[in-house]
Amino acid sequence: MSILVDTNTRVVVQGLTGREGSFHTQQMIDYGTKIVAGVTPGKGGTKHLGVPVFNTVAEAVSKTGANAALAFVPPAFAADAILEAVDAGLPFIACIAEGIPVLDMVRVAATVRHSKTRLLGPNCPGIISPGQSKLGIMPGFIHKRGNVGVVSRSGTLTYEAVGQLTKLGIGQSTCVGIGGDPIIGTSFLDVIRMFHEDTDTHAIVIIGEIGGNAEETAAEFIKEHVTKPVVGFIAGQTAPPGRRMGHAGAIISGGQGTAQEKYAALRRAGIHTVESPAEIGETMARVLRGSRAAFSGRPVTGKTSSQPAKRRKRPRK
Amino acid sequence: MKIHEYQAKAILARFGVAVPRGEAVFGKEEARAAATRLGTSVVVVKAQIHAGGRGKAGGVKIAKSVDEAAAAAEGLLGSKLITAQTGPEGRLVKRLLVEEGLDIRQELYISFVVDRGAGAPVLMASAAGGMEIEEVAKQRPKAILREVIRPETGFEPFHVRKLVFGLGLPTTVLHAAAAFLESLYRAFLETDCSLLEINPCVITRDGRFVALDAKVNFDDNALYRHPEFQELRDLNEETPLEVEASKYKLNYIKLEGTIACMVNGAGLAMATMDIIKLNGGNPANFLDVGGDASETRVKNAFRILLSDPNVKVVFINVFGGILRCDMLASGIVNSAKELNIKVPVVVRMEGTNVEQGKEILRKSGLNFTVANGMKDGAQKAVKLAGK
Repeated sequence: MSILVDTNTRVVVQGLTGREGSFHTQQMIDYGTKIVAGVTPGKGGTKHLGVPVFNTVAEAVSKTGANAALAFVPPAFAADAILEAVDAGLPFIACIAEGIPVLDMVRVAATVRHSKTRLLGPNCPGIISPGQSKLGIMPGFIHKRGNVGVVSRSGTLTYEAVGQLTKLGIGQSTCVGIGGDPIIGTSFLDVIRMFHEDTDTHAIVIIGEIGGNAEETAAEFIKEHVTKPVVGFIAGQTAPPGRRMGHAGAIISGGQGTAQEKYAALRRAGIHTVESPAEIGETMARVLRGSRAAFSGRPVTGKTSSQPAKRRKRPRK
Repeated sequence: MKIHEYQAKAILARFGVAVPRGEAVFGKEEARAAATRLGTSVVVVKAQIHAGGRGKAGGVKIAKSVDEAAAAAEGLLGSKLITAQTGPEGRLVKRLLVEEGLDIRQELYISFVVDRGAGAPVLMASAAGGMEIEEVAKQRPKAILREVIRPETGFEPFHVRKLVFGLGLPTTVLHAAAAFLESLYRAFLETDCSLLEINPCVITRDGRFVALDAKVNFDDNALYRHPEFQELRDLNEETPLEVEASKYKLNYIKLEGTIACMVNGAGLAMATMDIIKLNGGNPANFLDVGGDASETRVKNAFRILLSDPNVKVVFINVFGGILRCDMLASGIVNSAKELNIKVPVVVRMEGTNVEQGKEILRKSGLNFTVANGMKDGAQKAVKLAGK
């Protein structure tokens, strides 16, 4: 198992025929993702990369049975693309675009909240369940199928962490990039809940950054409910306050959202924090060794000595 | 994007928000002329810089005559204003706002901001006008009123009632408050603000709501919808190297250290700064060259990094996914040759075609230090910067 995407995921790509859409769709097809349709208004009825193209998402869904959308649409049109996928009733949509106006996302997030669609992103690399399905722009080859769930606000920093894990022989159940914008469809908390429920996820890596308090909220949940070991890193320990560090959401404002506060929250939740981004993989390896030791009855301190995860009712969203 | 107070007030006035009568001036005699035209017994002369805390720092002068206004203008123009928000280097005052004085009964704090947690705009208000909201939040968090505006329905009359009664204002101001807040919210939405702060908003003796100060930040992502805002940008308020970087759409923020960083991706760029610090060095900047990191971008990035006189070493940290390391390496080598780079360059590459990339760097005959992993790269960069 895994979360959100697997071998049953049938993807419609919005903006399939564009430069980015074409490039990344080919990569996804090569990875083994089931790309069943593309949408480019005006190009319906044609084929691109061997994939049938439709004029609307609704048509693509009814003709192909697509159950997930991936939007490669420029930021000015991304809000509309997300809303079209919601309107088509898709249960899952990932949006890669960086630079969507925040008030557009306010409208979109409100509509998504009242729908049955889960939105991932925007401004994110997408999601991959290694060996099963990849919806996004991450390089597939650095991943390895396994039992560690990875969730992050970043793109390349996630690749860095995944690369470290894979080099140490530690595979991943699912890697989720939730995106670097202030308003996003799926939060750390949402993903942590799903990893908590997922029987194939045995441990979790959480990679946060400065700005907002989504890490703190997730940490509260972890403290109360999660018994699987969690390793955490927060980027931006040296970021100056009041400056937007690349990501629209990565800003310390009014003294809030600092890396120090987030680390403190993570530690309070019993998460194994890592101060060096080069040691995420090693730390997980150490934690997993400790975890196995715990199951074999040797005394280990902290979270690693916990019992197997209790089954809880699946949360709605 | 930040703009000046006088620019913000001009925009708000277009939406029907009451602001004091006033004029922006650039010289002493202009200030005198503006004060004469205003014709009020009291005028206020305010330094226009992109930083708060001007009042406490002496950047706002009350003048009781035209001559006093001219003298205040002379004193402020060309001076360095050091406020709690400018940092020790302060800001050079080049523009002033000359405004009518008002007969003030009460001062409030009012702002609209997009709240990340709520995923919606939030109206914040307090009766402690003129105080920084962060201070109020620390000292008396209950004194701050916070109203989430549901995007599905928008700003409603009950929001006004909650604010008026919540702050203990008299019922007689309800209508004036409603008109003021509705105009303000419309301006917030239609100009794509990320922050619209009126501190203080004053209630005058005759019961009017007036924006005595105005801070407007626009959402950078929405600027394409408002091309007219481009002319409001004041390059004097920005760091020259950041202005230069923005021309090439490079995400660059200047810092105080000696190790320049060139990284792909914002998260990895922050993490690179962190690991430099962790190993005893200081980053000279934040720089995200973006996902493609083409040769042109690498070249422009090098040029900007090396314009910073503090830089002693450049640390390139790239995780090549879609971006191939061999292509990146060629870009680095060509840029280094063309720009005749003298400072040591530490390169850490990972990902697609990494071995070919390292080979290109080694064979270039240039002084590159190739690192294995982020930690090794950071340690090598710190060591070279210490020499």
